[in-house]
Amino acid sequence: MTFTHLLSAGDLDRTDAIRILDTAEELLGVASRPIKKLPTLRGRTVVNLFFEDSTRTRISFEAAAKRLSADVINFSAKGSSVSKGESLKDTALTLQAMGADAVVIRHQHSGAPHRLANAKWTNGAVINAGDGTHEHPTQALLDAFTMRRHLGELEGKNITIVGDVLHSRVARSNALLLDTLGANVTLVAPPTLLPVGIEKWPVETSYDLDSSLEKADAVMMLRVQQERMNAAFFPSAREYSRRYGLDTPRLNRLPEHAIVMHPGPMNRGMEITADVADHVRSVIVEQVTNGVAVRMAVLYLLLGGAAGEPTSEEGTE
Amino acid sequence: MVASDDAPRADNSHAPARTVLDDKDISRALTRITHEILERNRDASDVVLLGIPTRGVHLARRIAKRMSEVEGRDITAGALDITMYRDDLRLKPARALEHTEIPDDIDGKIVVLVDDVLFSGRTIRAALDALNELGRPKAVQLAVLIDRGHRELPIRADFVGKNLPTSLVEKVKVGLTESDERDAVDIRGGAAS
Repeated sequence: MTFTHLLSAGDLDRTDAIRILDTAEELLGVASRPIKKLPTLRGRTVVNLFFEDSTRTRISFEAAAKRLSADVINFSAKGSSVSKGESLKDTALTLQAMGADAVVIRHQHSGAPHRLANAKWTNGAVINAGDGTHEHPTQALLDAFTMRRHLGELEGKNITIVGDVLHSRVARSNALLLDTLGANVTLVAPPTLLPVGIEKWPVETSYDLDSSLEKADAVMMLRVQQERMNAAFFPSAREYSRRYGLDTPRLNRLPEHAIVMHPGPMNRGMEITADVADHVRSVIVEQVTNGVAVRMAVLYLLLGGAAGEPTSEEGTE
Repeated sequence: MVASDDAPRADNSHAPARTVLDDKDISRALTRITHEILERNRDASDVVLLGIPTRGVHLARRIAKRMSEVEGRDITAGALDITMYRDDLRLKPARALEHTEIPDDIDGKIVVLVDDVLFSGRTIRAALDALNELGRPKAVQLAVLIDRGHRELPIRADFVGKNLPTSLVEKVKVGLTESDERDAVDIRGGAAS
């Protein structure tokens, strides 16, 4: 592994990304065994440091760490000393004093994981589990993993990502990772929901969903993040779902093999109709299953071996 | 695991190699092992062959092919990756995982583990741990192409292709056409070469 933290999907080169996906492929089998456990991270401590609400990411990381036999400490800002005003630094120093080998951090401010990793407040590996509107690399990895299982190698595949790109850390991480893997990404959103500087992303953009459906191998719907919206980005919810929501007629215009994805949580009826969300071509539930395998792979590759470069001294047998 | 990566305790990569088994020797050894497995386990209806990646899997497939011919029915070999169960994981950066493929339920079966070189015994210990979490076999037996001695754990092989007394400075390299140029077992280093 050429990295010691996982902060951005952009930090991964093609070899690293493929290595994570291949490892996840092998680890997926563990979920179907009678004993869903591997002894690999026995005695290691993984801290889930969640400053922001989350269901699936936190549970997914917890399940992944436990299946690798690591000890898991869950921390959520609500009900902790953070509500008394403790800073990220002091929280991190506390965790360091308790001997955390890895810190999985979700924070409402973009860049918090970066600060944690580079400020040397903790010796553990830092894994970004979503920071503000910036990045969510393990989500991008599990999305790529799910696509690869359905579509084969992603080189040359067309992936359409639709919706609230402006507030989406998933979109940014996916755009970076899918570009690394050689896929063509099209972001579809109303002009108000595309971030500044989008022309520097390795993607195409479009304001029109209908025109990008026919060639899509996978369509990923993003949640409209009302809680981050401090202005009127579109006239009404109904207009948004008419123009950018995925409904059955639009689903029928996708190629036969195309899959429908959503990082969750969904606003049914807003960006995706209930019929489409529960359709056989929707892989939304499978994404959650794959998430555990991908996070196991990340934890194993970051914590499973010795830190640093290979030594010249070989082990026995 | 792979003897070539794992066996050395000193760097002998430049020393001349000496071939101990050629392709015919390997073929004969595998045929004999196949018959020994069948003899020990009667009709082999309960036997599940599991190779340890990478070369153990190739050997297990070859033994399965010979067994199918003798028994007149299809016998497939599986693969058991032991990476996650190794006791030396912390000594090296994280390794890539190999493929695990269990062809059959192993509960109540006789599992024959197949590996290329038996050395310290630590790989087999890891394999036994891995099996433990997949089910409860009636018995576990071990078949290896080469037993080079120097055990560090109380483990022995049931079926051995060739006993090869070696010194610790020597390096045993098993080549199989599935992954290497030719079928051969070579020794490098040591006083003899």
